[in-house]
Order: sequence, then structure tokens, then C-alpha cells
Amino acid sequence: MGWNRKVLRVNLTEGTCTEEPLNMQWADEYLGSRGLATKYLVSEIDPKVDPLSPDNKMIMSTGPLTGTLASTGGRYTVVTKGPLTGAIACSNSGGFFGAEMKFAGWDMIILEGRSPKPVYLYVENDKAQLIDASDLWGKSCWETEEAIKHHHQDPLVRVSSIGLAGENQVLFACIVNDLHRAAGRSGVGAVMGSKNLKAVALRGTKGVSGIKDMKAFMKITAEKKKVLADNAVTGQGLPKFGTQVLMNVINEMGALPTRNHKDVQFESAGKISAEAMHEKRPTDGKTHLVTNAACFGCTIACGRISEIDKGHFTVVNNPKYWGASGGLEYEAAWALGAANGVGDLEALQYANLLCNEQGMDPISFGATIGAVMELYGMGVLTKEQIGIEAEFGSAEALARLTEMTARGEGFGKEIGQGSRRLCTKYGHPELSMTVKGQEFPAYDARGIQGMGLTYATSNRGACHLRSYTVASEVLGIPVKTDPLTTEGKPELVKAFQDATAVFDAAGICVFTSFAWTLADVQPQIEAACEGDWSMDKLNQMGERIWNMERLFNNAAGLTRKDDDLPPRLKTEPAKVGPAKGLVSGIDKMLPEYYSIRGWTEEGVPTPATLARLGL
Amino acid sequence: MWKSLHIDPKKCTGCLQCEMACSVEHTGVINPSKSRIKVFSFETEGRKVPYTCTQCTEAWCLNACPVDAIRIDASTGAKQVHDDVCVGCKVCTIACPFGTVNYNQDTGKVQKCDLCGGDPACATACPTGAITYVDADWTGLDRMRAWAARANTAVSE
Repeated sequence: MGWNRKVLRVNLTEGTCTEEPLNMQWADEYLGSRGLATKYLVSEIDPKVDPLSPDNKMIMSTGPLTGTLASTGGRYTVVTKGPLTGAIACSNSGGFFGAEMKFAGWDMIILEGRSPKPVYLYVENDKAQLIDASDLWGKSCWETEEAIKHHHQDPLVRVSSIGLAGENQVLFACIVNDLHRAAGRSGVGAVMGSKNLKAVALRGTKGVSGIKDMKAFMKITAEKKKVLADNAVTGQGLPKFGTQVLMNVINEMGALPTRNHKDVQFESAGKISAEAMHEKRPTDGKTHLVTNAACFGCTIACGRISEIDKGHFTVVNNPKYWGASGGLEYEAAWALGAANGVGDLEALQYANLLCNEQGMDPISFGATIGAVMELYGMGVLTKEQIGIEAEFGSAEALARLTEMTARGEGFGKEIGQGSRRLCTKYGHPELSMTVKGQEFPAYDARGIQGMGLTYATSNRGACHLRSYTVASEVLGIPVKTDPLTTEGKPELVKAFQDATAVFDAAGICVFTSFAWTLADVQPQIEAACEGDWSMDKLNQMGERIWNMERLFNNAAGLTRKDDDLPPRLKTEPAKVGPAKGLVSGIDKMLPEYYSIRGWTEEGVPTPATLARLGL
Repeated sequence: MWKSLHIDPKKCTGCLQCEMACSVEHTGVINPSKSRIKVFSFETEGRKVPYTCTQCTEAWCLNACPVDAIRIDASTGAKQVHDDVCVGCKVCTIACPFGTVNYNQDTGKVQKCDLCGGDPACATACPTGAITYVDADWTGLDRMRAWAARANTAVSE
């Protein structure tokens, strides 16, 4: 068994921690992590619940491959109803926290209610207890992790926590583990904050003992690690350049959204790219990048560890940021950089550090700044309102607005509501580059058509990780498709969405899919887990997970109109580059996608579809 | 010919595949908390360093053991803990200057690297070559080669 068959249920209102058996029938139907935790959530909460009320629940979950030697088997997922979107929220993270949950003997932790005072959950193997966190409230994620390790006199404790952003219920607050990994999107950190839960700290010494056939598992996982090592993307590109390998590539394609999606190429892309991170700085002769780093069990090691320029204006008087730390990854570099027209690598890293330190999603945050800067340029927002001048391209504004948002100061409070609420408040909802209220990541829907459909239909709001068709449309994985056409994209998006759901449910990283298909994952699941794990079963499981999430969203009140892109992407053609003259073909792709999904024209799964999937 | 575990921290990414492999080899369970090799992360320097027993010739642990539970494996040179003799007194854990012998509360014995009988699981599992198993007399070979390469350049200039 890849599972421990044990769920920890924590009622924060009552202050109780209870053990219950994992529902193994659901495990057979939903595998783990994203799939299984979502099944629990949709079975236990009212879809119409206020996401920040005690009636919402938050589940931290591992998959059967989490905590194993399967490459990248270190992921855990946070599933809840998201405050940014009102849709299902499901954010996963690497680092070492997920594996520790397995080693402590648990598959998932269900957090419900609201604690009357700040607490943190401390789990040491079978023993779980809520501990007063009054002295931690107000501390950053970094300080919290250190304080908890110190308190328990145990440097091996693994911690997931919220910083000021989560405490202040910034709607894109994230949950940070192991200093710079995060369950980043959809505001899961705000839900944690609403529950007065500062952190979850784990220590496990039991290990994962129930692998079905350890000998077969060791053999197959070793074979599949070799596949990753031999692949140009996972074996060379990602370890050397990280996800930042994409900055120049996407810019050349004319698909790098720039200045709140007004432009599709950024003139300073080269200055904030992977290549720039490898170059020696004129100021101190050092490279920005220190090394690459791996999450638990990962043989790719795409993570970036960098050192900011100590003389940069953002940190010159602030030595606590001088050491090596996480970043920049591509999405953050784009959102903090191109989306705002800021081409100062060190300023982006400073903003990124603050996001990690205080627990904010740099994608949603950066993209919201893009909207603020556009509104400022139009004169809708003024220096008096914002507190500073906020022109596109201003590194000073980026740095200051990051501080203000992370700490909940002044106009930062409004930024913390995300771009949809902010743009709506100031009379320009059309300038919010979001779907379902969640900000776009780093690919322009005009230059990479499949990503437009990906964003529009993603169950957690605009997101690249639900169907990363960039793999096919840009990198030719598994087959090359033309990024500029809508043809075949509905099929492509559906196939990616369903397969990705299985990767997520297994507890592994979706980046493996640059080299692995589901057929590479299947034998690893088969060797780890009791039961039959045919390709047919897994394919159907992915589709089942997708439809389950969709049903929740529909019941929460989301409809076809929420599967749409902002008018800018549909009416303002790309000005330059290969996509010049193109707008997103979302209106053409969406009905076709619904039909392929077996949904009605209104985007509701038909009874026949539900019956086929056993929903 | 004996071989040694050779660790090059510069190549380590901190993935912990070595810790998992070690625990599986010795306990049958994937459990880094029972690993005999540990990877240390020095966050603010961005360094990861795997560390384990160097198999000292005049082994403190071996000499300190009051019941002769730690003996040399003639085939590998490993200083090996014999569980059937070990009484769990922990004197060896105090004697070892490097901290690489540790008590295991599940077994009531001490544990340390035994080179897996000559096929160390950590080295096999390491994806980056940060841990290798090389001729015990030539652990400096790579570094010598690197310096030799420089010397050659200097001469040709």
C-alpha cells in the first residue's frame, strides 16, 4: 500500500485531534492528494459556504507516491474552497513537508472550524496536538519555522505556515513550507489565517512501510529516474536554468504578457531571464544564481537558489535578505517583472523574497500590481491614493507595494484583494487579467492559443498547472502543435487536464511530464499500491477528478460566463511577434471543449457523462 | 581492494534519495529518520552537504565499544555494528568525533554506515554523482586531476 490508511481530523473550534481510517474505496477511485482530498472536501462542505468562514474546511493531503523513492515524490496538496475565486482551490507544494506527513503515519489532515485563538498543529508520529501560537502571530513564515524548531528543540521538524499575508487574509496568501516552497495559488493561506491556524509542524520517524512490492518498486522507479535524466528538458534544461529557461523563449514567441497584457513582448526580458541569473553582476562580480536545489526525492532539481546584490537599493540597509534564498522561478520573474514592465532582476528577487517570507503568491500579487500600474497610468488611481508613484517599469514602486501588501499597510490592503476586486472597485473590471478572479500566469493567450482555453476552463481559476499545453505548443511534448491555431486545442486541453489530475493525485510533480507520460507513472503506482491500476482506470480517474471539481464549482454558483477571458485578449490583437494581429479564439474553442467533455452548452456535465465516470 | 564513499557536496541538490535508499537497504522501510547518511542544508549559503562515516582506520567507536560489537569487515573495511552483540550502551556515539554513529530507539542498538557490504545504496541512488564509491587509496583523484589540468594550462602558456 502506498497509503498509510490514516486521516487526522482536527477540529479547531473544539480543539480536538482525532484519527480515522482512510476511505479506501475513495482511494481506489481518486488515488490520493488532489483527487482524494477533493473527494473528501466536496463530500463534507456546502459548495456555497463562505470560504473564510469556519464552515469551510482545509485539507492537506499526500498521494501514494509521496514520501517514496519515485522521483519528485514529495508533493502535498492543500484543498479548500478558495477565497480569491469562490471555486475549488487546490494548490500543491514540493519541499519536504509532504513526505514528513507520510513518515509520521498519516495520509491527510482535515482542518475544520476556527480556533478561538491562534494555534499551531504539532504532529509527532501518532501524537497530534494544538499548541498556543499567540507568540507566533505576527511573525513571518521564516521566523515561525525557526521558532517552532527552537521550541521543540528539533531541527528536523518540517513546517508549513502562513505569514502576515495569511493572517491578514490577503486573498492570494499562500502556505509556505521549508522556507521557499509554497502551496501558492488561490489564497489557501487566507483560509488558514481565517481558521487562526498559524502553522502545521510535522515530525515523522515511522517511514513508508507498505509499498506493495518493494523490489519491483525500486527497480521501476530507478528506470523512470533514468528517463528523466536522459531527457533534454528534465535532465539538462531544468537543472541548469530552472523554469526560467522559458523567459527568452516565450518572449521571442510573442507570448510574454507585458504591462498588464497590453504588450506581448518585453524589451527587458533578457535582463530578467535564466541567462541573466547566470551572468556576473557588474556591481559585485557575483552571479545572481548560487545553485540549483531539489525538493524531496526529486532527481530533476529545477529549484533556484540565488543571492541578491547586497548593494541593491532594496536591501542595502537590510542584511537579513543578503543570504542565499529561493528564486527566481519563471512565473514569479514574469509576474513581478514583465507584467509590470520592471526589468530589474534584483528588485524582482527582493519582491520574491518578501512573497516567500510573508506568504504571498507572487503570480497573483505581481499581476495585480500590473493592473494597479495601468490604472495609475490612466489617472484612475493617483499618487495620493496609492501613497507612491506607480508607473509601469518602476522597480521602486514594485518594492514598496510588495512591502505594503505583505504587511497590510495602506493601499496594500486593496492590492491584497486581488486584481478583480480592485479593478471592479475603481470602475474598470475589464482591466483585471483574471479568470474566476484568479490572475493569469506567464503565457499570453493570443500567442499560445491552447493556454487561453486552459485558463478559461481551469477549475481553480486562471492557471498554467492544470493543463500545461505549453509543453506541446512550444516544446513539442509529446507532439508539436501550432501555438497560433485553435484547431485541436480542445482535445489537447482535455487530455492534458485529465492526465495532470492523475500526476497530482499520485503525489508527484507535474514537471516530470516533460519526460514522462501517464504510461511512465502507471507502473510506479502499480508497484506501490494494492489493486488494479490499468491505464484505462487511470485515464478515467483523471477525467473523474476533473468532473468532480467542475460539479463543485457549478454547485458553488459558477457558470459558463465564468469560463471566459477578459475582453483585452479577445479584442486587442497582439501588436508584434509571431502572433501579431491575433486575438484569443476562446469563443470558438469553448463550445467544442464542452462537447468533447460531454457537458451541455452551459458547461454542465450531462447525466450520461456522470454515469460513465461513476459520479 | 577497499573502496570509500566519496562525497562531493557541490553536486548535491538535497533530494534525499540517498537517505531513502539507505533506510530501505537496512530496514526495508522508506524512512530517512533511520538513514545512516544525512544531508545537511545550509540555507543562507545555498549549500547541501551529505555526511556519513568515513570508516576511520583507528576507529574511536570500535575502540570505545566495551563488548566488541563493532568490528572490521575484512572485505570492505567497514566498521560494522553487530546487532547480536551490541548492548545499546551508546559509548561509541560519544566516542565518535564526527557524530556518525547514532542510537536507534526502535532496535535498541546503535547504527552506522556499513558500506552495504560493498555496494552502498546511497551511491547507487544519488542522481548527480555527489556520492560515489571509489578506490579507498584514491579519494583525491578527482581533485588531483582538476589541479593537474590547471598545471598543464600554465605550462602551455
